[in-house]
Amino acid sequence: MTDFQQHALQLADAQSSPDWLNDLRAQGAQQWQSAAWPTRRTELWKYTPLVPLQNGDFKRWAEPAGGWQDHIEQIDLDATRLVFVNGVFDPEASSELPPEVVRFGDASAEQKAVISEHLGKVVDTERHLFAALSNAWVAEGVLVHVPRGQRLPKPVYVLHVSTPTAEPATANSRVLAVLEDGAEATLIEHYASTADEQNGFVNSLTEVVLKDNAGMQHYRINMEEENIFHLGGVHADLYRSARLRGFTIAQGSRLKRVDYQVNHKGEGADLNLQGIYLPRNSQYVDYHTNIEHCVPHCTTKEVFRGILADKSRAVFNGRIHIHQDAQKTLAELSNKNLLTSNKAEVDTKPELEIYADDVKCAHGATVSQINKGALFYLQSRGVSRKEAEIMLSFGFINELLQEVQEPAVQNYLGPRLARLFSRDNELLRHISYE
Amino acid sequence: MLSIKDLHASVEETNILKGLSLEVKPGEVHAIMGPNGSGKSTLGNVLTGREGYSVSQGEVTFNGKDLLDLGIEERAHEGLFLAFQYPVEIPGVSNMEFLKAAVDAKRHHQGLSDLSAVEFMKTARDVIKHVSLDQSFLKRGVNEGFSGGEKKRNEILQMMLLEPSLCILDETDSGLDIDALQVVANGVNAMRNDDRSFIVVTHYQRLLDYIIPDYVHVLSGGRIVKSGGKELAKELEARGYSWLEGEVA
Repeated sequence: MTDFQQHALQLADAQSSPDWLNDLRAQGAQQWQSAAWPTRRTELWKYTPLVPLQNGDFKRWAEPAGGWQDHIEQIDLDATRLVFVNGVFDPEASSELPPEVVRFGDASAEQKAVISEHLGKVVDTERHLFAALSNAWVAEGVLVHVPRGQRLPKPVYVLHVSTPTAEPATANSRVLAVLEDGAEATLIEHYASTADEQNGFVNSLTEVVLKDNAGMQHYRINMEEENIFHLGGVHADLYRSARLRGFTIAQGSRLKRVDYQVNHKGEGADLNLQGIYLPRNSQYVDYHTNIEHCVPHCTTKEVFRGILADKSRAVFNGRIHIHQDAQKTLAELSNKNLLTSNKAEVDTKPELEIYADDVKCAHGATVSQINKGALFYLQSRGVSRKEAEIMLSFGFINELLQEVQEPAVQNYLGPRLARLFSRDNELLRHISYE
Repeated sequence: MLSIKDLHASVEETNILKGLSLEVKPGEVHAIMGPNGSGKSTLGNVLTGREGYSVSQGEVTFNGKDLLDLGIEERAHEGLFLAFQYPVEIPGVSNMEFLKAAVDAKRHHQGLSDLSAVEFMKTARDVIKHVSLDQSFLKRGVNEGFSGGEKKRNEILQMMLLEPSLCILDETDSGLDIDALQVVANGVNAMRNDDRSFIVVTHYQRLLDYIIPDYVHVLSGGRIVKSGGKELAKELEARGYSWLEGEVA
């Protein structure tokens, strides 16, 4: 066991947690300590070295902090709001919770039963080591449980704020959403930080269960200062005719990796997943997605786009696994990368594994620089090269942004993403966000 | 307005233009015809400053300025406009943003402030009618999914909004049906005046039935080998280009 693993176990021991979560915690701890530490020879971590994390001094839980409100811009929407600061619930900043939303510690007997039935069961902890760690650390967390046939009237907005602490510290984030037959909900997870240099490590895990005909919009927004360490995952089980519409965006950081695992377990399930990553400077970002088509008649449409600036690096690994029984599957996977610097680097690996014979699948990946023809076209109309480059870069991700269903999220992201390309409003004045 | 003297230009080490000279005065329409590979498109690309074209000899003055010394966008600000043979599709950038950026860039050069969104919309909605495109084309990505004819009409829309002093139409008629050809020609004719000049580059005489040129030049082997009035186009249509081969040498 590495020192990092050891320290992580000590952190688990230092927590107070509800007794009824003890089994899951013990199981997580067991998997965590018996697992081989990933190295560059571990396929799932081939491009993403954990060395910086391993060498980090993560021996303590982060303390709650005040005064962050003036430094974090929240998404402006009418929502059920849960705010966690360095992993600690902030009741002042949070709103009153409807009966469908509860923190694990406040769960009723019925809600405990839902949590016990599903928490840690959607995610494959054999494959996802840091999900095992999340189990070992589970104490605080959010349950969204929507009963059969109901629609949550307001989106659930979970804001996780990171602030720098005196010593490097750790925060854990856990969300479980269970939508019963025909239920509908929107869940927005927003990981933000103050602009100060961060020194923390966030381990976050979301599990989603969509039962027959349930429908969910899920957003995961990772916009944190570039020194943060963040390993996260979204894992979903989709049953008959369930629909998951996912959108994720990440700025890079010292170490940032997000895994998406979606399991089509019922016929007619539908996944639409879109992602954007925008690393710059020396930042790093890694998206690993794995879609399991276990049964017939399911559909997946997955589109990820990245723009890499400066000396940044990105990894995109998109796997779609179509099992032998998954006839009549429709699956599409596209990953396009725009490199705005010749020192940026991306590793993209779309993988289709098909064992059924009657399926329609397509996948593609591209890595390119700004289209010279388009640049010339804009310049020939009098637009400066700099402005043209920004318009074209923004346009590259705007195609995905335009499809964001929740207007508040679109309004939030548009101007903030544009500002990543330039601080000069003169150069941004012809970018529109609709 | 435009004076080209002994222009030599190459693409990837291949000499395309080999001593082209041309004088265009305000208000004139010049047609440049010629066989494939004669350098017709190269001329437009060199004049607008496209990357990959190098000029080894000759000079080009535009409204008294050394054109070849100006950047791509500066040439546009000075009033030069190229209607592309193959307009570029730019998904994710709306036609509206694109057009407004172009108009504002020109205004900026003239020392004017940006048009407000409302003012611009009003102008664009008015002008787009003249090229027979639906208003919805303003909201779509630049040329994204436009048919060949729609792309060319979008070029004319840009031309009308930017009001350039010299317009180069690079094989604007290629791939157009007769209706689209008329829309394009009407757009050009509506913009003709005593100050504005046109260079109409085309392979076929057909376009010149609608846009009547003052002069017709035959480009062959990288130079102008014959010049005449509009009747020269008819002669070319009847006889082809081969009878001029002898004049190349």
